Order: sequence, then C-alpha cells, then structure tokens
Amino acid sequence: MTSVTEAGRERTRKAGRTPRAGRERSLLDRHGAWFLVLPALLPILVLSVGPLLYGIALAFTDAQSGRTAPTQWIGTLNFRDLLHDTLFWESFRIGLVWAAGVTVPQFLLALGLALLLHQDLRLRWLARALAIVPWAMPEVVVGVMWRLVYNPDAGILNETLRDLGLGDGRDWLSGLATALPAVIVVGVWAGMPQTTVALLAGLQNTPRELHEAAAVDGAGAWRRFRTVTWPALRPVALAITALNFIWNFNSFALVYVLTNGGPGGRTRLPMLFAYEEAFRFGQYGYAAAMGCVMVAVISVVLALHLVGRLRGGEDA
Amino acid sequence: MRTGAAARAGQYAALVAYLVFLAFPFLWLVSTAFKPPRELGSLHPTWIPHDPTLANFRQAFDEQPLLRAALNSLVAALGAAVVAVLIATPMAYVIARRRTLLARAATGWVVVSQAFPFVLVIIPLFLVLKNLRLIDSVPGLVMVYVVWALPFALWMLVGYVRAVPVQLEEAAAVDGAGRLRTLVSVTAPLLAPGVVATALFAFVTAWNEFFFALVLLKTPEKQTLPVVLTHFIGAEGVADLGPLAAAACLATLPSLVVFAVIQRRITSGMLAGAVKS
Repeated sequence: MTSVTEAGRERTRKAGRTPRAGRERSLLDRHGAWFLVLPALLPILVLSVGPLLYGIALAFTDAQSGRTAPTQWIGTLNFRDLLHDTLFWESFRIGLVWAAGVTVPQFLLALGLALLLHQDLRLRWLARALAIVPWAMPEVVVGVMWRLVYNPDAGILNETLRDLGLGDGRDWLSGLATALPAVIVVGVWAGMPQTTVALLAGLQNTPRELHEAAAVDGAGAWRRFRTVTWPALRPVALAITALNFIWNFNSFALVYVLTNGGPGGRTRLPMLFAYEEAFRFGQYGYAAAMGCVMVAVISVVLALHLVGRLRGGEDA
Repeated sequence: MRTGAAARAGQYAALVAYLVFLAFPFLWLVSTAFKPPRELGSLHPTWIPHDPTLANFRQAFDEQPLLRAALNSLVAALGAAVVAVLIATPMAYVIARRRTLLARAATGWVVVSQAFPFVLVIIPLFLVLKNLRLIDSVPGLVMVYVVWALPFALWMLVGYVRAVPVQLEEAAAVDGAGRLRTLVSVTAPLLAPGVVATALFAFVTAWNEFFFALVLLKTPEKQTLPVVLTHFIGAEGVADLGPLAAAACLATLPSLVVFAVIQRRITSGMLAGAVKS
C-alpha cells in the first residue's frame, strides 16, 4: 500500500503538480458541488417546487380558463364552496374507499406471494416473471385489458361464470353496485408487483439463522412468522403500504379508461373530479382547492405512518 | 426444510392460483387481439381463437395514427430518459458523497414529490407552459417527464453511487489523478450499468405515462401512444374490441422488453437506495 502511494506521489511530482490529496479526498469542494447540482436543481425548482406553490396559491384565487377579467384573490371562498359541494365529498368518500380497498388486499396478496416466492418452490421463476408484467404495462393498457375481461358478451369473466353454472353474469363496469368493486380488483392486480418486490427484498434481509433456530425450538410456521419474520419486515411493510395508499389515492389513468368515473359517478375518484373541474369546466382555482384538500388527507396518512414507524422503533 | 407434504401441496396450490390471477387478463388480451370479428361477437368466447387472424392489427393502423403516436412516444420517452439521467447523475453523486443540507433537502423533496396529487401540479404547469408556448408540444412534455422521473432516478442513482467505494476514488487521487480524471476513469465505468438501468426505467415510465400527455397535448398529430389508445373507445364506452386489443398489445411490447432486461437491476436499485449507509 505504501509503495503505491509513494509511486503516486512520485508521479505527481513528475507531472509538476502540487499534491492536494487532502482537499481532493471527496472530489468535491463547495463550488464543485454546486456546479454538479445545478442542472437538476433548476428544473426541480422551476417545474416542481414552483408549480406546487403556484398551485396552492391558485386555490385562493378565482382563476378560470378563457376569462378576460384579471384573476383576483378571493381568500378562502373556494374552500367554503367545497365544504358545501356534496358531489365532491361523495367523490372524496369513493376515493378513500378505493384507496383503502386497493391498498389492503394489495398488501395481503403481495405478502402471500412474497412468502411463497421466498420458499424453494418450482415454477418460482415463472411467478417472478409474471409478477413483473403488470408493472411494465402502461396503465392505459391495463385498463383496456380488464375492459376486455369484464366485457358483458365477449368477456372471459361472464363466460367462465356461465360455464360454472353461476348465472348469466352481468355488465360489471356499468352496474351501480359492481362498478367500484370491479375497478378495485383491477387496482389490486396492477399494484401487486411493486409491493411484492419490495416485500420480497425485505424478506431477504430477515435473519435466516434466527428462523432456523426458532424452527428447531419447535415454533410453528405462524409463530415463526410473527416473532422472526414480521419484526424484520415491518419497516418495509409500513413504507410500501403508506406509499401504495398515496399512489392509489392519486391514481387516475386506470379508472379513466375503465369507467371514466361512471356509472352515475360511482367510480369518480377525486383526481377524476378535479381533472374535469379544471380541464373540462376550466375552474382552475376551484380544482386547485380540491388538490389542496387531497394533500391534507395524504399528510394525515404520512403522519400516521411516521407515528407507526416511531412506535416500531420503541419496540426494537 | 422440514415442510410437510400437505403444506407443500398447499403452497403449490396457492402459487398456481397466483399464476392464474396474474396471467389470465394478459392472455385474454392477446387472445382477443387475434380473433376475427365473428368470434368477438359470439356469445361463447373461447381462449384460443378458432381462426386466428392479423386483421385486427391492420385495422388498428387504419383506424388510428399508431405509427405517428409511437414515434411521439419514442421521442418523449428517449428525451426524458437521456435528460433525466444527465442531470440526475451529478446531483446523485453529490447527495451520496456529501452529507450537506442540500442533500437532505433533496431527499426530502424526493419523498414529498411522491405525495402530491398531480392535479395540484398540472394546473400551474399547464399555465406556465402555455405562457412559454410549450403547451401542446412534445418538447414541453419532455420537460415535464424529466422532472416527473427525477425523484425515482435520484433515488436509484444515489444507491448506485454509494455502491462505488469511496476508497477507490481516494486511491486514484493519491495516485495523482485529477478530479475529472478520477470521475471519468474510475467512477464512471463502475456507475455505468446503474445509469443505464435508471435511464431505461425512466424510458418505460415516460412511455407508459398517460395523465400529463392527456392534459398537455391537444393536437391529434402530437399525441402519444397511451392517449391515442383511448381513442379506440368511443364516447359511449363502446369499443371495437379487436383493433383495440391489437393496439394495446403493440403498445406494451417495448415496455415489456425493456423491463425484462432491467428487472433485476431495478429491484437491487430500489434496495440500494433504501439502505442507509
């Protein structure tokens, strides 16, 4: 090691440079760091942070499309209007049902699949490959695909039900009672891969020796899961569930393609509602206020998540 | 291990159930794409088409400007992937190597940016791009995609940079290599596979993206593939199933191929970013 260093110094001297190894340790001085960061920082500020603040500000104005009078500050009027907008609250309720209805089964199914894939089973490669497919697909294609599955005449779901003698099937996506459950199933299907991959990664970090020791001590599968696997998996599980909830609450393309919010608004998620308000009716300010309310909900979820995480830390 | 035969059988049954659940919609899509109209109208659809045909694919190209849409998607996705990686890699390097306030702020932004509903960002973006006359243009869309792909790109790249031992760089510096020289001939080659994986991931996300394209592109000639796909579905929700399925299959192909290539790296990249040193 010393000889290499010596040779290095020798070379430096020959090149006629002053050795600055001390300063160059991290290859980054203050100016260098700024120089490297700026190309990403500028677009982030201009196209992400800026619009975000602008969007929050818009919620307090009467901004509309195609209007000649200048936009004015109107204080909290948009929010007071929202408070009495029963259609919005109905959409909001649907959004929460959808987000919870997708996130919970998504987690449970993904956990099951991850535990299976963690075992030494045949066909595991096939399951791993297939589990990636929903992830790689464009959301629009996922929507199109399930429309074909749910199609009342040419769909495979009704055909299978007929074959099994379970009746004639129905028009799943236009039925008032079936539309929301039907899109929730699609949401679960589409989001399972990421969750499975994250949980599988978490599983691979669990201590195998501990698992075997517990087995030797005669702990059953459930007990081993509860006392060995779950404590190690918990941080990953909490993080991915919180993220899933947020992603699902903000989701748009799937339901837009499947039902476009119908029938009768039964699947009109808050994002679809705000999209229509902004780009069909041109009510920018009002739509921005809806966005703010959605942020508030997500903040609550994040706060709960952080509390759960802290409590998990105390247990450890 | 000592898993009982009954438990094993149960595990296999569960695995097969998962396989069926994951695969059947996709298989149905492919099956529909090859069915002639007569079979699509039949009340008893079958898994395997009786007379498989390519007519749906031809009709899909006739009905909608798929080639142009694919070209638009390609330009948007390639542009977004290249620019995102070019600007994210230096920043990721700084975040990984220095624990400054900036690095912490950037990490905070990565997390927060996941939480904001697009609608709160898209209205201002729409207005800003309108003023810049970049609305309804693919370059404008690329700008949006770059910023949209940045959080995850940063997340992955920080992990990949951390995986390059800082001692290697120090050794090079001690050996008299200049700052640039060290970055180019020591760090860059080790980082390259991760950068490529990140770029490909950004490509797939931009290729698949729908919402921003729907809002920002109005002229039919400029629209991307996912937006054009929705045109197959009429106003009443009635769709010409065959061509729709065919077009959907074609739109998925590039994503599937790219994803198959990078799948392993994405998984490890997610992990690498998640593990704090």
